[in-house]
Amino acid sequence: MTPFTTVTGVAAALPTPNIDTDVIMPKQFLKRIDRAGLAIGAFHDLRFDTDGQTRPDFVLNRAPYNQAKFLICGDNFGCGSSREYAVWGLQQLGIRAIIAPSISGIFFGNCEKNGLLAITLPPGDVDLLMAHADTPRTALMTIDLDAQTITAGPLRIGFDIPAARKALLLSGADHIQQTLDRAATITEFEAKQAATRHWLWARG
Amino acid sequence: MPRTLYEKLVDQHVVATIDDSHVLLYVDFHVMNEYTSPQAFAGLHSAHRPVRRPRAHLAVVDHVNPTRPITDLSQIEDAGGRLQIETLSANCARHGIQLFDLFDPRQGIEHVVVPENGFAWPGMVIACGDSHTTTYGAFGALAFGIGTSEIEHVLATQTLVYKVLKPMQVRIDGALPTGTSAKDIVMAFVERVGAAGASGFAVEFTGTTIDALSVEARMTLCNMAVEAGARAALIAPDQKVFDDLAGRPQAPKGAALADALRDWQDLRSDPDAAFARVVEIDTRAIAPLVTWGTSPDQSAPITARIPAPQGAGDQRALDYMGLDAGQPLDSIAIDRAFIGSCTNARIEDLRRAAAILDGRTVADGVTAIVVPGSKQVRAMAEAEGLDAIFKAAGFDWRGAGCSMCLAMNDDVAASGERCASSTNRNFEGRQGRGARTHLMSPEMVAAAAVTGTLTDVRTLMKATP
Ligand code: SF4
Repeated sequence: MTPFTTVTGVAAALPTPNIDTDVIMPKQFLKRIDRAGLAIGAFHDLRFDTDGQTRPDFVLNRAPYNQAKFLICGDNFGCGSSREYAVWGLQQLGIRAIIAPSISGIFFGNCEKNGLLAITLPPGDVDLLMAHADTPRTALMTIDLDAQTITAGPLRIGFDIPAARKALLLSGADHIQQTLDRAATITEFEAKQAATRHWLWARG
Repeated sequence: MPRTLYEKLVDQHVVATIDDSHVLLYVDFHVMNEYTSPQAFAGLHSAHRPVRRPRAHLAVVDHVNPTRPITDLSQIEDAGGRLQIETLSANCARHGIQLFDLFDPRQGIEHVVVPENGFAWPGMVIACGDSHTTTYGAFGALAFGIGTSEIEHVLATQTLVYKVLKPMQVRIDGALPTGTSAKDIVMAFVERVGAAGASGFAVEFTGTTIDALSVEARMTLCNMAVEAGARAALIAPDQKVFDDLAGRPQAPKGAALADALRDWQDLRSDPDAAFARVVEIDTRAIAPLVTWGTSPDQSAPITARIPAPQGAGDQRALDYMGLDAGQPLDSIAIDRAFIGSCTNARIEDLRRAAAILDGRTVADGVTAIVVPGSKQVRAMAEAEGLDAIFKAAGFDWRGAGCSMCLAMNDDVAASGERCASSTNRNFEGRQGRGARTHLMSPEMVAAAAVTGTLTDVRTLMKATP
C-alpha cells in the first residue's frame, strides 16, 4: 500500500448526497478476478454517455478537475454495495483522499485498507472546502497527514484520525501482518472460546 | 453494568483491544461469493499465507450466474462471470472450503442459503463480503458486510479490526395493518431516519410488532436496515428462532445444542441498558410504501403523491426517474416487475405474492419475472404449486440467484424502463444503465404487475371471510 504523507493536488466537489458504490463503480466493471484496469470504470456512467463520449457536464471531465487528487463530497458518500472495486477504481483514477461530512461504513473501511485517506469533517468545514474546490483558481489543496491538516490558500482545517490508523497510513504497512503478529493471542482466544462456548465449534 | 445485546456480542468476541474505538474481533463464520472474493484469495496467495480455519467459511455462487437453466458452465456466455465462478471453485478446492456451486441443490443467494441450511446461530459473529449480511441479525448473530481486503484478513487471521458501533434501539409496537409486511416496516424506518441515519450505529429492533414477526420477516427487516447505514441489525433471539434452527442441517445438535440454548437465553439487552439513540415507530402509521427516487429513503405511502423536492438531491432523483412532484404514486405505469433478492425471495414472500396473482394475469406490456432466493425455496414453492400460479399469471419462473437485484447477469432492465421491484436498492443504474427502480414489498410488485401501474395492494386483497 502506498504510504500517505503530504499530498498536494486539485480538489473536486461532488456535493450530491448518498453517492453509492453502484455509481462509483458500475456493475459492468466487476467481472474480473484482479484489481487492474478499473480507472475507466470509476464514475463511468457520469463520465461517459451511452456512446462512450466524454460528458463535459461532469466535473471530473473538466480542467483542472480531470487532475483531481481529492474529492470533497456530500453526506453518506460510498453507501450501498460493499464492492472494494469502487476504492480501487478511484485510486487508479488518481484520487488520494475523500473528504465528506459522513462516509459510509464499509466504504470507509475499504479506503483505509488501501491507503485512500478518508476524512470526515463537520458540514461547515466541508462547505468551506467545497467553495474553494468549486473555483478552479483556489482548487489546489494540501493534506498533511502527520500534522492532520488540510490547507487551501489561507484556509487551514484540522481533522481527527485515530493514532493506529494514522500510523498505518503513514507507513503503508501490511494490515494482515500486523494481526498475524498477534497470532498467539488469537490462538488463546480460540482455546478459551472452545472451552467456554464449545457449541460454537460444533457445527452440523 | 447493564449492557445491550450488541455490546454483549462484541464483548464475547474481543480478541484484543486496539484503541478507544477499535478491537480485534473474532469471526466465527464467514461467507463468500464469486465476485468480491477473487482478489482476496489472490492477495493471500501472493503473500504465501494459508487459510487459518477452513471449516469456518462457506462460499456460494449467486451474483453473476444466469437464472435460465444451464447444465454446464460453458453455457455461460459472459466470460468474466464464468471466470469468477471457476476461480471461486478453484480457490475453495485449494483451501478445503465448503462451496455451494451452481449445480449444488443448496445453491442460491448467500443470505437466503446461509440461514436455510442452519449456518447462522444466535451469539455468532458472521462476516461476508456483501453489505446485506445484516440479515443474520434476525437470529441474534452480529453479522455485517466487509470489503475484499477484509475478506483476505478474515481468511488469514479469522479476525477483523473492528470499529465498535453505538447501539440504537428501534421500538415498534402494535399490529401490522392489512396489506403491509416487514418490507414496509423497514422502508418506513429508512424513510424516517434517512439513508445515513443509522450510520455508525448497530440497530436493535424491539417491540411487540417484532415479537409477532416470523423469522423470515425478521430477516427482511434486518437485511434492509443497512439501507439506513446500519452496519449491524439485531433482534434478540426467542423461541421462534430456536425452533426455526432445530433440525436444520448445520445447526448444533445434542449436547452442544443444550449448552447453546442455555447461552442463547442470555442474548438480550439488559432491562436498563442504555442506547445512544431510540427511535419509535407506530405501526398504525405504516402503509404499503413505494420509493419514488434513487435512494431507499425516498419513499411514500402508495396512496400519497410524490413530495415536493427538498434540495438538489431530490430534484436530481426525480429527473432520473422521469417523475414530477405532485404526481399520485398510484398513477405511475411500469414496464417490468421483479420478485426476487435476499430481502424478499423466501417462501413466505412468494406465498404472499402468489396470493395476489392467483386467478389474475400480468397486464399487457409488462415483463414479469420471479427469481426464488434459493433452489430449496424454488423446490418448496413448486411442491406447493406456487410456480403454477406465477406461470399462469404470466410471470417467468426462474432459477435462483441475485439476478435483477443488481443485474450482473443477463437479467437487465433497459434505459428508461420502469421496474416494480421487491429488492433493496433503487440506485441510479442498479438494474441497468438508465433503468428506473421502485422498491416495494413482493405483494405490491404482484399488484403492480397485474394492473400495469403502481397499485395499492389492499384494493386487490380478497376479503377475509
Ligand atoms: S440479492 Fe441483491 S442485495 Fe442481496 S446479495 Fe444479491 S445483489 Fe446483493
